[in-house]
Amino acid sequence: MANHANAMNKVKILVVGDSGVGKSSLVHLICHGEALSNASWTIGCNVEVKVHEFREGTPSQKPYFIEMWDVGGSNSHKNARHVFYNSVHGIVLVHDLTNRKSQLNLRRWLTEVLLKEGSSAKARTPLVDDFDAEQFGGFSQLPVFVVGTKQDQISEYRTSGRVRSCSLADECGADEIYVNSHDQRSLAPGSSNAVKLSRFFDKVIERQQTTTTARTESGYSYLERENSMYRRPKSSSAFISMS
Amino acid sequence: MGILVDTTIMIGSMLIFFIGGWVWFVKKIFRDYEVHNTLVQLFFPMIFMLSCAMFELIIFEIAAVLESGSRYLYWQVVLYLMLIMLILVIPLYLCHCVISNIRMVRREWVNILAVVTWGIFMVCFWKIGDPFPILSPQHGILSIEQSISRIGVIGVTVMAALSGFGAVNYPYTSMNIFMRPVTRHDIQAQERRLMQTLDVIVSKKKRMALAERERGTAKDNGGGGSGSRLWGLLRSVTTSSPQGESLAAIKQEVAALEELSRQLFLESVELQNQRERLEWAHTFQGRFFNFMGYFFSMYCSWKIFISLVNIVFDRVGRKDPVTKGMEIAVHWLGFDIDVQFWSQHTSFFLVGCIIVTSIRGFILTLTRFFYAVSSSKSSNIIVLVLAQLMGMYFVSMVMLMRMNMPLEYRTIITQVLGDLQFHFYHRWFDVIFLVSALTTMGILYLAHKQGNTSDKAESFYQPKW
Repeated sequence: MANHANAMNKVKILVVGDSGVGKSSLVHLICHGEALSNASWTIGCNVEVKVHEFREGTPSQKPYFIEMWDVGGSNSHKNARHVFYNSVHGIVLVHDLTNRKSQLNLRRWLTEVLLKEGSSAKARTPLVDDFDAEQFGGFSQLPVFVVGTKQDQISEYRTSGRVRSCSLADECGADEIYVNSHDQRSLAPGSSNAVKLSRFFDKVIERQQTTTTARTESGYSYLERENSMYRRPKSSSAFISMS
Repeated sequence: MGILVDTTIMIGSMLIFFIGGWVWFVKKIFRDYEVHNTLVQLFFPMIFMLSCAMFELIIFEIAAVLESGSRYLYWQVVLYLMLIMLILVIPLYLCHCVISNIRMVRREWVNILAVVTWGIFMVCFWKIGDPFPILSPQHGILSIEQSISRIGVIGVTVMAALSGFGAVNYPYTSMNIFMRPVTRHDIQAQERRLMQTLDVIVSKKKRMALAERERGTAKDNGGGGSGSRLWGLLRSVTTSSPQGESLAAIKQEVAALEELSRQLFLESVELQNQRERLEWAHTFQGRFFNFMGYFFSMYCSWKIFISLVNIVFDRVGRKDPVTKGMEIAVHWLGFDIDVQFWSQHTSFFLVGCIIVTSIRGFILTLTRFFYAVSSSKSSNIIVLVLAQLMGMYFVSMVMLMRMNMPLEYRTIITQVLGDLQFHFYHRWFDVIFLVSALTTMGILYLAHKQGNTSDKAESFYQPKW
């Protein structure tokens, strides 16, 4: 069984967003298919694993491990969070549909993850060199997915049913879905939300496959990966260094 | 004519304070939340405006701006408005918010329950005054002194607790001798431990996910009749892959490891905070604060000592510092100064400084407290509670300020607030200040010692897997 687990490939997806938007409930819904009953503030990072069938329904179907790293969003832990941002293959941005500020803060979250802010300058090896808003096209290399939660509570706060879609999602070319994390039907198999999520997972796996070099990743521990990043030659501005 | 000009000045300044409070609320306090409730957004700046208006009137009193008659009128107006807000409006709305947040209550009952809860709050509020000797018996039950005295008790408690905490905490955070050295190696070692724990958690969860998947597919495949069921039973007995019981064992291990990872993360946050403090200590501001920290620790020890003396010997200072300073300057140092002129200006300066630093300190503390405590569900309620506290705090600050002002300026406060037992409040302040300072010292000492021992213990720590 242990050999089996190591033989299957894996990708790491980061789930970030403001505190209290519902990241842990969302991750629990995605990975276990049921609502989280005792949600509490996430300290540090909760990791959940989902087995995803890559290219389901085609002859080249293959199971992959998807590690969802749900990072706690409270501001007082900002300076130690950067350690979770290593070797990320995809990002899920979560915002609260009842709170516009959480949507506006997504830009800050994306910047924090991509620049690995908070770590001391010497240890910082950013995922992107020279962050520039115009060069956002470079970010399409790192797949992004936007989720709006608490869809059931919108009617209490807004008289018009329409919700303005996230401008960040448009800029990144990312898909956006709205869910109610307490309702299994939000991500029921076959629903448009589930289809978009599945497409996102496939995109992440494809990206990981194309940028993986001949060197195998799964055998390396965290520390060896960190050291090898220091040895990597200086990259151009459009190249995103990922391990 | 005079009263018209005075009124315009007062209304203009109150408008400025209101806008200031509004901006502070929107930009700083509620920066992460969307405002759904406009009443809350209205109450908070209003309390801030009334508090600042009270202080402004004190300054006008000392500087003798505006006419004395109109000053008294404004005092009454501001004070009555403040009392109505603090006793009637905000508690009622607070009860309403709290009750409508509880899911079990139906819509129709919310208003009635809110009024009932407010009634209970009023009874408790009245009962607070009983154990304290704060009133002379000749006042009637509905007089303004009743409410102000009780507000004063609560406000003075909050003020003294905050002062005690601040007095001990400021030297501790700004002085270098209390900072523990943290190297980059320590931080990297801690992060390495955290990531190792997370790697183990991830690998265990992968096994769990695979086991779930296989169980799911086995269930799908096992529905083909009794022959395959028997075969499946035989297979489950002979095979060695983990089934139900060991799955539960893995779940328990994962839960324990997750708790460990949380502890490691919190320690990592603490180390980073220490490193940032050390970096700040090398900056210009940090060195200045460190220098001031020595003076402050002397001042705080003196204050604690004086509170103890006051309580033990049951004395209250009768002379304010300005008059006392004047006396020392004239009699002992032999300066020939115009006491009247300098007394007015010095007390103006002193009172102004106290007011400005208190407001600024309170604003900063409030903002930081709100960030630490609030969540998206409770943000409205917390803002209302903070507005209530702010009102009570500033009212009692006016009461206590009386001691810092020379006799001729105290009369207006005595006139407006009524004939309260001011000595009691000073004594109560000393008691709570002492208790708060000692408690903070105890907590900081324990935290410091625990930090030191955990540093030593970690050098022996070895992960066992």
